[in-house]
Amino acid sequence: MWEYTDKVIDHFLHPRNAGEVEDPDGIGEEGSLACGDALTLTFKLDDEKRIKDAKFKTFGCASAIASSSALTEIVKGMTLEEAGKVTNDDIARYLGGLPKEKMHCSVMGRNALEKAIAYYRGEAEKKVEGEIVCECFGVTDLQIERAIRENNLATVEEVTDYTKAGGGCESCHEKIEEIIDKVFGKPHVVHRKPARLTNIQKIKLIEETLEREIKPSLKKDGGDIELIDVVGNTVIVKLRGTCATCVASQVTLKHYVESKLRELVTPELTVEEVQQ
Amino acid sequence: MKVIYTDNNATTQVAPEVVEEMLPYFHDLYGNPSSMHSFGGQLMRKLKEAREKVARLIGATPDEILFTSCGTESDNTAIRAALASDPDKKQIITTRVEHPAVKNLCEYLSKNGYSVTFLPVDRQGRLDPEHLYKSLSNDTAVVSIMWANNETGVIFPIEEIVQMVKEMGIVFHTDAVQAVGKIPIDVRKVPVDMLSLSGHKLHASKGVGALYVRKGTKFSPFLIGGHQERGRRAGTENVASIIGLGKACELAGKHIKKENERVKYLRDKLENEILKQIPNAMLNGDREHRLPNTTNISFEYVEGEAILLMMNEFGICASSGSACTSGSLEPSHVLRAMGVPFTAAHGSIRFSLSIYNTEEEIDFIIEKLPPIIERLRELSPYWKQ
Repeated sequence: MWEYTDKVIDHFLHPRNAGEVEDPDGIGEEGSLACGDALTLTFKLDDEKRIKDAKFKTFGCASAIASSSALTEIVKGMTLEEAGKVTNDDIARYLGGLPKEKMHCSVMGRNALEKAIAYYRGEAEKKVEGEIVCECFGVTDLQIERAIRENNLATVEEVTDYTKAGGGCESCHEKIEEIIDKVFGKPHVVHRKPARLTNIQKIKLIEETLEREIKPSLKKDGGDIELIDVVGNTVIVKLRGTCATCVASQVTLKHYVESKLRELVTPELTVEEVQQ
Repeated sequence: MKVIYTDNNATTQVAPEVVEEMLPYFHDLYGNPSSMHSFGGQLMRKLKEAREKVARLIGATPDEILFTSCGTESDNTAIRAALASDPDKKQIITTRVEHPAVKNLCEYLSKNGYSVTFLPVDRQGRLDPEHLYKSLSNDTAVVSIMWANNETGVIFPIEEIVQMVKEMGIVFHTDAVQAVGKIPIDVRKVPVDMLSLSGHKLHASKGVGALYVRKGTKFSPFLIGGHQERGRRAGTENVASIIGLGKACELAGKHIKKENERVKYLRDKLENEILKQIPNAMLNGDREHRLPNTTNISFEYVEGEAILLMMNEFGICASSGSACTSGSLEPSHVLRAMGVPFTAAHGSIRFSLSIYNTEEEIDFIIEKLPPIIERLRELSPYWKQ
């Protein structure tokens, strides 16, 4: 069960300003049924161009409803300029905090508010800016960048908590890492090898790994290893020197050689010693 | 506030008779059954009795029952034992709707040298045996298919499919955690090789489960250590809980008729009234081949967590397949595998009853739920009257 603050529960059970403003000046819609939460925000301005009334309709969990309710309370009485400065963090703080996995509910509120203000100003509904990074939830690189900057996010998990990006099939995790590194000005380290190796590439990589990583450490103990063949994902080797007579050679083979090759070449590999 | 507990597929109340049976083994008879003194050693006989009771419920012999710590351990043990006893075979066949104890293990294994076939289900959550038969190969090490689904209660035709798998000499494991105690199960008639069950789903305590391993099935232990369970599951026996599980199985055997008449009657009443009174509500899962205690209903245009928390205000306990309740961002993998549209999957609620539910409780839910759904729909931008 989520640890919601009393204020979240209060705004969920007794939402303020539920509904739609009649003849609204601003309308902002954010989210979708597929994503599991959606918010329609409407507001009406008074003669001094302050938000006189704001109402919401929300499909979503308790924190989505509470965030929407909080948003309407926060913006009432504000000028559009003031309202434009409201952040997702303001919404979360108004509620005494949200569970981190639910921060995206506050981001949804902020986004709906921005859209409603843009609607009033007659700025045509902005096309989705940037490139979609997360296909599952339709989140773009620019949206991710912004969330990282505004909330100082450092991990993929945090980006998911705030934007939902990366919360589905997870295939965009590496791209999200790249964006985080870019925002913080770090060079991006690619730690993954090409997804599929051709047979030739695989054999070459096995050879290189044996030479560079495995042989030197075996040689320290007076042992050596020779690559005999690669059949599918089975690497056939011959142990030499002290390794050949060592009682622990099977352990060396499985725990050291195999795990090293799996780590650096491909996880499907198994290592076997040539039959005498 | 009175608690109305209709979340029995999550866990159950420990039966008062079970608690009573367990208590002496905490304060008085706290010995270790492996000890050479009779203070501890006498407990061996109690474990034997418990083993007989568990075996009797599913038509097994006592030496085919291993006690474990939970359903998840039973599932992990079974699948890993099958793989270890036939190391050349690299294919696992399971379904897309398994409990995470099987599903996530299989996903893990698929990244570690095994190929896993996840069989689809249809819109009613049913399995087409033809899909299974076509997937079987000489490389198949194990087929692991649940007896009944925890979210929808849909029962798979284990009796029908096990034959073909066995004919090919492939190990058949079933996660029967939700089925044992709710419907009659007899491994003499349904020749599965291994079957998992869990104590806390049938009114025993948490922290105890069992694995049935058919005599003659190749086996290798998951936990290695002492000689307990004849070397098949190391670790000092959870004496009190095992004795409780024995009692719970004995009671389950007695109550199975009540489960299938009384509990089913209450479930049907709850389900029919909800579907009648609330528009845009639909049943998830095969109405016919289903556990007697479970109903899974989707309410369009509202979200499950919000429904649960509003019911919580009245002390009503249930579960949801919505994204927000799972801690992930996507709704239940079971409902998605069934092709339940997003409009409905996010608003799904599972009620799972037990013999302890009363008709007054069911009437109370029937009274409280429609206004909750109505209220949330009034808040929803998608709901148009």
